[in-house]
Amino acid sequence: MRGGLSAIIKKELARFFTDPRSVITTILLPGLMIFALYSFMGEAMTGLYRVSDDYEAQVYVVNMPESLRPVLEGQGTEIQTAAPGDLAGLRDKITNKEVDLLVVFPEGFDQAVAARLSAKGGAAEDGVGLSVSPTGLAAPPNVEIYYNSTRTESSGAYEAASQLLQGYRDTLFTTYTVNAVPDPAVASPYDLASAQDQAGFIISSLLPMLIIIFLFSGCMAVAPESSAGEKERGTIATLLVTPLKRHELAIGKIISLSLIALLAAVSSFVGILLSLPRLIGGAPEGMADASIYGLNEYALLLAVILTTVLLFVGLISVLSAFARTVKEASTLVMPLMIAVMLVGVLGSFAGAQSNLLYYLIPAYNSAQCMAGIFSFTPNVAAIGITIAANLVLTAACVFALTRMFNSERIVFSR
Amino acid sequence: MGVVLRAERLTKTFKLSKKQQNLEHTAETMRTAANNLSFDVGKGEVFGLLGPNGAGKTTTLRMLSTLIKPDSGDATVEGHSIVREPEQVRAAIGFLTSELRLEDFFTPDYLFGFFSQLRGIDAATTERRKRELFERFGISEFAGVKVGSLSTGMKQKASLVISIVHDPGIIIFDEPTNGLDVITARVVTDYLKELRDSGKTIILSTHIFSLVEKLCDRVGIIIEGRMTACDTLDAITRDASLEDRFFELFVEAGGEVA
Ligand SMILES: Nc1ncnc2c1ncn2[C@@H]1O[C@H](COP(=O)(O)OP(=O)(O)O)[C@@H](O)[C@H]1O
Ligand SMILES: [Mg+2]
Repeated sequence: MRGGLSAIIKKELARFFTDPRSVITTILLPGLMIFALYSFMGEAMTGLYRVSDDYEAQVYVVNMPESLRPVLEGQGTEIQTAAPGDLAGLRDKITNKEVDLLVVFPEGFDQAVAARLSAKGGAAEDGVGLSVSPTGLAAPPNVEIYYNSTRTESSGAYEAASQLLQGYRDTLFTTYTVNAVPDPAVASPYDLASAQDQAGFIISSLLPMLIIIFLFSGCMAVAPESSAGEKERGTIATLLVTPLKRHELAIGKIISLSLIALLAAVSSFVGILLSLPRLIGGAPEGMADASIYGLNEYALLLAVILTTVLLFVGLISVLSAFARTVKEASTLVMPLMIAVMLVGVLGSFAGAQSNLLYYLIPAYNSAQCMAGIFSFTPNVAAIGITIAANLVLTAACVFALTRMFNSERIVFSR
Repeated sequence: MGVVLRAERLTKTFKLSKKQQNLEHTAETMRTAANNLSFDVGKGEVFGLLGPNGAGKTTTLRMLSTLIKPDSGDATVEGHSIVREPEQVRAAIGFLTSELRLEDFFTPDYLFGFFSQLRGIDAATTERRKRELFERFGISEFAGVKVGSLSTGMKQKASLVISIVHDPGIIIFDEPTNGLDVITARVVTDYLKELRDSGKTIILSTHIFSLVEKLCDRVGIIIEGRMTACDTLDAITRDASLEDRFFELFVEAGGEVA
């Protein structure tokens, strides 16, 4: 009977889409929740390490040397001078997070530096190697910088101060520089990875795992309800007394449920994409932009995702058909879920697998393919094998489900 | 009068689960629910399977409607074997039982269309039959209400109507009045009479004597999976009432009436 398959698909879709509650809970909510959660996480994470722009650091200096005064005071932070007697009190205040930074220069810093400079300079003029330590010279003057690493403002000030002092030291005596940055306000020009590659790198290590998880959750939301649910409510027998072929019922269910699960996964996916810029805070503009991928990547991705969903729905439906109730089905599917997540995570984080046999492993193959596509290094043979393996396994699920719908022990178990 | 349904030595044995053994206080691990059942049903006839609870009536009707397969034996429905040609059998019959549920989420209107499509009925015929049957059972008013919100009686009527969307020539009805309120039960028995009068073949099962007396031309009495008598109602009830005759057979078969 030809109308059977389309009637089943239409019915399953109608059941889902004309019920606002199921549309909201399985399609809209996951995407919204992920967007809200991840945006919030991203905000919270960047907020944790960011100092507000108008923050005035509390900085104290003891024995400010004249040579450094213009450099230090030119930073736009008001620097307060303290007497050596205030040291203990100021250190306590740093511990208590009332003061951010205390810089203590040894007395006679400028003179000590000058003495060492002339000693080294003399040695150089004499043509003696620098490795020979100048004898009869006092130990180098040490600048103490006290700060509190648990306070972001304090760490920030510490980093700025030590950079400044090291920079000053380098200008006094420069042999060579490495990756000198003319203007600290400009991002380092030395990393030549393209913004596209950087985004691909982040996305390829994170997304495949997330997508596998969302695909499976999407399938979990609809498949047990449809096969164990129909058994539980006794509506499946009503279908089985019609001339509808059992394989039409199995295929119809798997196709329609896959469509729904796919939508649920797409919703989660869109939620991630929208929240990525905020999740990867501080990343350069446009870095987490989905538009870095072209039509080819999306087409391959879609093929991998579609066949993965078909397989997941197939597997969950078969397991659920053993169960008498939806609850029992969820319990039965748990081990499968754990296995899929584990294998999916392995596939996402393992380096690209060159042995094509690995692409026969469900979930692992999908994760690997997606990671490859996201990092612009898709392995076409591997993707082909993955898609074929997924389809063959789905066909096996259809076959098993057909057998089960035919089996009175499954349908009319007591 | 041609035979449209012929059951030949139908046998079905179930494994009893532990739960079931406890429930029925039995140590048996197997139960032969249908034991070598043979009977014929002629065209246009109303055939009743009469028996106490657990006699094997539902099992027999489920085999006839191809929901379960016999362990041995076979039956033909309009010449099609229930074992080898289940799809043709399903196309020829309408199977009704209170165990066949409709999905709560849909309306009778939608379900009528859905099941008509499953059975390959064209749109015009579907509309016509829907109007007739909904009118006949007073469903029209509730056609757009989700099954889950219907009263029990209305649900049962909707379920009945949907089992016969394809106007089957043979109707198999397991316990037609079981669980129905008196009014719905009356509507259903009246409709069965109508179907009989319009020439349909009906096979029903029941444990209610009066229903057999009211409707059936012929009756098979089954006790513990065995056919203990199978004849016209008149032949079986020659000198006694159906009830008395049943208990005679019941005691003969080794049954105990406490
Ligand atoms: N699926 C099944 N599994 C195990 N036992 C069953 C099953 N179906 C029926 N039985 C058993 O078979 C016997 C006949 O049942 P049934 O055909 O439902 O009787 P009736 O319909 O006449 O009341 C009962 O003892 C019942 O417990
Ligand atoms: Mg019964």
